[in-house]
Amino acid sequence: MRNSPTASGAAALGALGDELGPDLGPDLEPGRGRRAVVAMSGGVDSSVTAGVLAEAGWEVVGLTMQLYDHGQMVPGGRTCCAGQDIHDARRVADRLGLPHYVMDYEGNFRRDVMDPFADSYVHGETPVPCVLCNQTVKFRDLLGAARDLGADILATGHYVRRRVPEGSDGTGAQLWRGADPAKDQSYFLFATTRDQLDVLRFPLGSLDKARTRALAARYGLAVADKPESQDICFVPGGDYARIVERLRPGALEPGEIVDLSGRVLGRHEGIIHYTVGQRRGLGIGGTAEPLYVVRLDPATHRVVVGPKAALGRTAFTVRALNWLGDGAALPAEGVHTHIKIRNTFDPVSATVTPLAEGRAAVRLDAPVHGVSPGQACVLYDGDRVLGGGWIEREA
Amino acid sequence: MQATLEITGNPSSIHGHGRRARTVIDDARDAVAALAGVPPAWVVFTGGGSDANALALTGLGTGPRLCSAVEHDSVLRWVPEAGHLPVDPAGRLDLDALSAALEAAPAPGLMSLMRANNETGVLQPVADAAARARAAGWWTHCDAVQTPGRLWPFDFGALGVDLMTLSAHKLGGPAGVGALIVADGVTLAPHVRGGGQERGRRAGTENLVGIAGFGAAAQAVVTEGPAETERLRSLRDRLEAGLLEAGPDAVVHGSGAERLPNTICLGHPTQGADMLLMRLDLAGVSVSSGSACSSGKVTPSHVLRAMGLDETAARRALRFSLGWSTTDADIDRTITVWRAIAA
Repeated sequence: MRNSPTASGAAALGALGDELGPDLGPDLEPGRGRRAVVAMSGGVDSSVTAGVLAEAGWEVVGLTMQLYDHGQMVPGGRTCCAGQDIHDARRVADRLGLPHYVMDYEGNFRRDVMDPFADSYVHGETPVPCVLCNQTVKFRDLLGAARDLGADILATGHYVRRRVPEGSDGTGAQLWRGADPAKDQSYFLFATTRDQLDVLRFPLGSLDKARTRALAARYGLAVADKPESQDICFVPGGDYARIVERLRPGALEPGEIVDLSGRVLGRHEGIIHYTVGQRRGLGIGGTAEPLYVVRLDPATHRVVVGPKAALGRTAFTVRALNWLGDGAALPAEGVHTHIKIRNTFDPVSATVTPLAEGRAAVRLDAPVHGVSPGQACVLYDGDRVLGGGWIEREA
Repeated sequence: MQATLEITGNPSSIHGHGRRARTVIDDARDAVAALAGVPPAWVVFTGGGSDANALALTGLGTGPRLCSAVEHDSVLRWVPEAGHLPVDPAGRLDLDALSAALEAAPAPGLMSLMRANNETGVLQPVADAAARARAAGWWTHCDAVQTPGRLWPFDFGALGVDLMTLSAHKLGGPAGVGALIVADGVTLAPHVRGGGQERGRRAGTENLVGIAGFGAAAQAVVTEGPAETERLRSLRDRLEAGLLEAGPDAVVHGSGAERLPNTICLGHPTQGADMLLMRLDLAGVSVSSGSACSSGKVTPSHVLRAMGLDETAARRALRFSLGWSTTDADIDRTITVWRAIAA
């Protein structure tokens, strides 16, 4: 089925267009010599993105963001400021014959991503730094650099689809889930603005990983078999507590683990080690039914635990709502739609209605477990992303 | 150099192939010695300028070390920070600070001062500094990689130092080969140990092809003489005038000092060097800025910081370098591109 206006783009791109956009058409027009900046991380996805754009006739410029001192983040790491990824990105660019530059965003990344990440944990939340990174250094700073370099588009290797509605002048692009449910990254892109979407391109959105790797092999890229990165990039090995301790020394205070009635069951080494919904690692045994983290209280440094039933929530609020549905803003009467409250979560139905100052109320049709302040609540209409906001702590 | 690629022998071997290889090295040594104005026995081939600097900075005992704050990293890293001597706003070593430091530290130590700075082209008062250091009983070293073919006369003897570093690719030769000139009577402890190559001063099988190329490049510089230097100077002056005319608020760092004829370190009044560099590169004009870390990330120049620039100003400086392949047309095109991008 070719119901997309970009289907004509598929024809112009030939076999590559068919490969990139079997359902909606490719998120890519032929470049005809226009300049495109590709955000190259050194991984296989963004490397293939650069290859695809070059093949489609764009004059590709590869930019890699230097975000943090790699040597300082990895215990025993080399003292060089660069990780292996920057070398990989440069090698891919050389292989594809593209100019490639490194953008130094260490200061911005620290201020806009790492510091808020640490503060969020200290305040008893569970942050999603990848969203902050996309919002700030990637789609604000890197996008600005792309404009300064005279580029028409900024392309990334995200597995999401961008769809321009029929009859549009090319603006008003919608954000859709990646075609491969296992790879879909739309949760991390809910905060993308409409202006940003007009300039962004996600040419891999209709592919699955195997086809991306096949393209990497076809382009002769050494990263074709590079393993998937699962961790938060500046938290190698997943030991986020160590990073928080380094960024906010002294902010970690031990405290009590209490049950719902306030009875002290044990002690802990800091609330940053806990996430709402967590069951393992509480160090409390001998209770009749398993205990879960129900709430984190940064003021009293208490971890509140309770039975699974106590986790159920039917309503919460979000802040900084970004609306990507039809119309300029979330309708006053609200929408009944599907939501995700963390990345790995099967969408459930809820009603979302606007509140003042960019906040919104979320009322779930049925209770859900593990509503965690600091995570994103992302709204979906089927595969289309309607936007989302940040889950707030209960008042 | 092309012919050298056919030679497969190890220069240390006794057999015929080895002898032919040794001849290539001997000829190259003669050429480099002629360039520096020293006897061939004073030339120690190394794996480049940084390697030669390491040999100089480590080979003369464990006494104190002094250098200017604007040295290349391959010197700075061997000298404790307290030994990095200040420079004036034009980038020249503060000789009074040198004298005071020489007085305060026990002899014999080693004083290292570059002939010309790689980022600004500013010339250092090497002869004067070396005289003071020698009078205090110190060894002296000069990193002169920037100057052959760009400064005449180029004469080791006139500098009055014990050691001098050269690099082949800075004079049009291949990358990854250099030399340390070691004056008579200076006994160096080798930092690469093993075979007795380079008369025991730098072990390791010689980089035959690289050394042959170094020799050829040295010979070309001597043959060409000062004519090329004057050509570069007139191109540089025209470029500098054109760049300043396009953006009158730009400044040339180090312009208050005597400079190499092929370098312009230009400070833009408002724009960061990283974006300027990318836009120039995409327009086909290659310039540099600061010193690129292995990531390609550009850190603000320690040279400009030492000259008193704040970090913001140091991040707005670009380095235009001219070489033997630079033409009149290149200068015109660079000025045109600069007008479009930076004005």
